[in-house]
Amino acid sequence: MSKLSTVVDRRDAKLSMAHLYVGYVAVLIGAIAGLLQTFVRSGAITLPAGIGYYQLLTAHGILLALVFTTYFIVGFLYAGMSRTMGRFYDLPYRLGWLGFIIMTAGTVLTTIMVLLNEGTVLYTFYAPLKASPWFYIGLTLFIVGSWVAGFGMFRQYFIWRRVNKGKLSPLFSFMAIMTMVLWLVATLGVAVSVIFQFIPWSFGWVDTINVLLSRTLFWYFGHPLVYFWLLPAYIAWYVVIPKIIGGKIFSDSLARLSFVLFLLFSIPVGFHHQLLESGISPFWKYIQVVLTFMVIIPSLMTAFSLFAMFELSGREKGARGLFGWVKKLPWGDARFFAPFMGMLIFIPAGTGGIINASNQLNQMVHNTLWVTGHFHLTVASTVALTFFGISYWLIPHLTGRTLTKRMNLFANIQTILWTVGMFFMSGAMHTVGLFGAPRRTAYTTYGDHPDALGWIPYEVTMAVGGTILFIAVLLLMYIVVNLAFFAPKGVEEFPIGEVAEAAERTPAVLENWRLWIAVSACLILLAYTIPVIDMLEHSPPGSTGFKLW
Amino acid sequence: MHLHKFEKLWLIVGSGALVVFLLIIGINAFAMGHTPPSDNSTLDPKQVDQTAPFDQPGLKKIGENEYEAVIVAQAFTFNTGGDLKIPKGAKVHFKVTSKDVVHGFQIPKTNVNMMITPGHVNTLTHTFNEAGNYLILCNEYCGVGHQAMGVTIEVTP
Repeated sequence: MSKLSTVVDRRDAKLSMAHLYVGYVAVLIGAIAGLLQTFVRSGAITLPAGIGYYQLLTAHGILLALVFTTYFIVGFLYAGMSRTMGRFYDLPYRLGWLGFIIMTAGTVLTTIMVLLNEGTVLYTFYAPLKASPWFYIGLTLFIVGSWVAGFGMFRQYFIWRRVNKGKLSPLFSFMAIMTMVLWLVATLGVAVSVIFQFIPWSFGWVDTINVLLSRTLFWYFGHPLVYFWLLPAYIAWYVVIPKIIGGKIFSDSLARLSFVLFLLFSIPVGFHHQLLESGISPFWKYIQVVLTFMVIIPSLMTAFSLFAMFELSGREKGARGLFGWVKKLPWGDARFFAPFMGMLIFIPAGTGGIINASNQLNQMVHNTLWVTGHFHLTVASTVALTFFGISYWLIPHLTGRTLTKRMNLFANIQTILWTVGMFFMSGAMHTVGLFGAPRRTAYTTYGDHPDALGWIPYEVTMAVGGTILFIAVLLLMYIVVNLAFFAPKGVEEFPIGEVAEAAERTPAVLENWRLWIAVSACLILLAYTIPVIDMLEHSPPGSTGFKLW
Repeated sequence: MHLHKFEKLWLIVGSGALVVFLLIIGINAFAMGHTPPSDNSTLDPKQVDQTAPFDQPGLKKIGENEYEAVIVAQAFTFNTGGDLKIPKGAKVHFKVTSKDVVHGFQIPKTNVNMMITPGHVNTLTHTFNEAGNYLILCNEYCGVGHQAMGVTIEVTP
C-alpha cells in the first residue's frame, strides 16, 4: 500500500461531498418548515395554499432528523475512513455510490409523497394512520441505501485488516465501523416492520396491522437512531478536536471501550419510549429502563476523556491553577467553538434524557413539548453544532479550498446565534411542556380553556427562538456555499489526533467484532424475547388503516 | 485496561449514583405501586361500541367519592357519555380505549398521562384534590383535527 496521504483522495472526496450537498439542501428545506411551524403554533399565521401544519411537521422531521443526519454521517465517515485507511478500494467505492443512489431515490420518493399530502403521518408513521405505500417504499429504499453504504465501509475495513495483519485499526475507522454496525442492527427492526407490516397493509394485501408490534419494532430502531446521530459527533470529539486544540487523544482504549458500550446498551432499550402504553408489563419496561441508564456510563467516560484532554493540553501550553487551562482553549476557532458549544449543551440535554427515561417522571413529560425541547438540545444542538463544526473544515478540505478568517468569524457568529435561538426555543418548550402543552399539535386554545391560553406566551417565545435559528440557518447556508464553491483554493487540514504517549496499548479484544455483536444480540434477545412473544400471543384483532388528514 | 485514578473515582461516583437512582425508581414502581399505566386487557377495535364497558361510556359512582370514568377516544374527540363532574377529593379510575388510531390521554396539572392504542385498554387512577376545570387532551398526533381533541372535567369545591 502506498504511503498514507493526509488529504482525502479526490475521487473519495466527490463521493463524500455528494452526501453533504443533499444533507445541506435538506437542512434548508427542513428549516423553512420549522420556522413556519413555530409561527402557526403561536397563532401568528395560518398557512396558505392548503398546506397543512402536520404536513410541514412531517417534512421537518424527515428532512432534518433522517435525511440531513444520515447523509452527513455517511459522507463524513466515508471521508474519515479514506483519510485514515487510504483511498477506497474499487468495490467499497462503488458500493458508496450505489448506496447514495438508492438512498436518494428513496428520499425523493418519500418527499414527493409528503408534498402530495399522501404521507402526513409524521416521521414516526405510527399505525394505524395509513400513508400511501410509496411513502413506505421510499423509506425502505432510504434505509437499504444506507446499508449498502455501510457494506462499502465494512468491505474497506475488512480489506485493510487483511492487508495490515496484526495492526490496530485507525481509531476513526474503528468508530465509523461501530457506528454503521449499530445502524445496521438498529434498522433491522424498522425494516422488518415496514416490509412485513406496513407495505402489505398499505397496498391492501392484508386488511389489518398489529399496532403494538409495529410500535415496538419502531422504537427498537428509534432509540439507537439517536446514538447513530451522536456517535459521529463523538468521533469528532474524540479524534478531531484533540488535533484542533493542539492536544493528544487521552486514551485510545477508553475511546474504543466507550463505543463498544454504546453498541451494547443503545439498542435493547426502546420500551422507555413506550412506558405509558398498554400491553407491555411494568417489569419489562423497568428492565429496559435499567439498560437505558447503562448508556450513561460511556457518556461519563466520554465527558472525562474530553475534559482531561482539554486540561492536559492547556497545562502543556503553560496554564496554571485549577482552571487556567480554560483560557488556553482556541475560543476563536470555529472548528473548536461550534462542537464545544454542542458539548456544553449536552449537559442539560443528557440530564433531560435521564428524566424522560425514568419510569415515573416520564408520566409528567411524555408527549408534551418538553420532549420536543429535549431533542432540539440533543440532536438539533449537540449533534447539529458538531456537524456544522465538522463542515467548516471538511467541506473546504474535500473541495480543495480553505476556511478563511472571514468565514471563520461568520461560523462563530452562526454558533452564537444557534445557541441563543435554541436557548429561547428549547427553553420555552421545556417550560411549557411541564405545564402540559402537548407536542406535535397545531395552534389551539381548546375552546379558550385557561390552561391552554396560558401556553401562548411560551409559544410566542418559541417562534422568536425559531426565527433566530432560521437566521442562523441562512448564515450557515452562506458559509457552506462559500466553502464549497467560492473560498480561495488551498489545502484545509483534515485534523486527526494522535494518542498521548502516556496512554497504554489497546487490548485486541476491543476489536473482536464477533464477540461484541454476539453480546449485543444476547442483550437484545434478553430485553425483547418474552415481551414480544407476549405481544403476539395476547394481540387483539388488528387495525384497519385510517387516513385522517 | 488501566484507568486514571481520577477517572476511576469519577466512574465509581457516577455509577454509584446510577445504582441509587435505579433503586429509587424500582422501589417506587414495584413496592409503592407507581408503575406506569400498562393495562393488559384487549378488545376488537372495530367492536368498541358493542364491547362492555365501552358500549356505555360515562362516569359511574362506584364507592364513597370514588368513580369510574369509561371513555372512548376517537378522532377528534373523547366520548365521555355526558359531562364529567365530580366533587373535590374524588378518586377517579379512568378506563380508556380507542376506536380508530393511536391517541394520547393527558390532563395538564396532574400526573394523568397515558397512551391509548387501538385494541388495547389503558387505565389510570387519579385523586382530584383541588377544585377547578381540568382539560383532558389528546397528546398524540391523530390527524388533521388533532389540535381540537379535548374535553373538560369539572371538579366542584
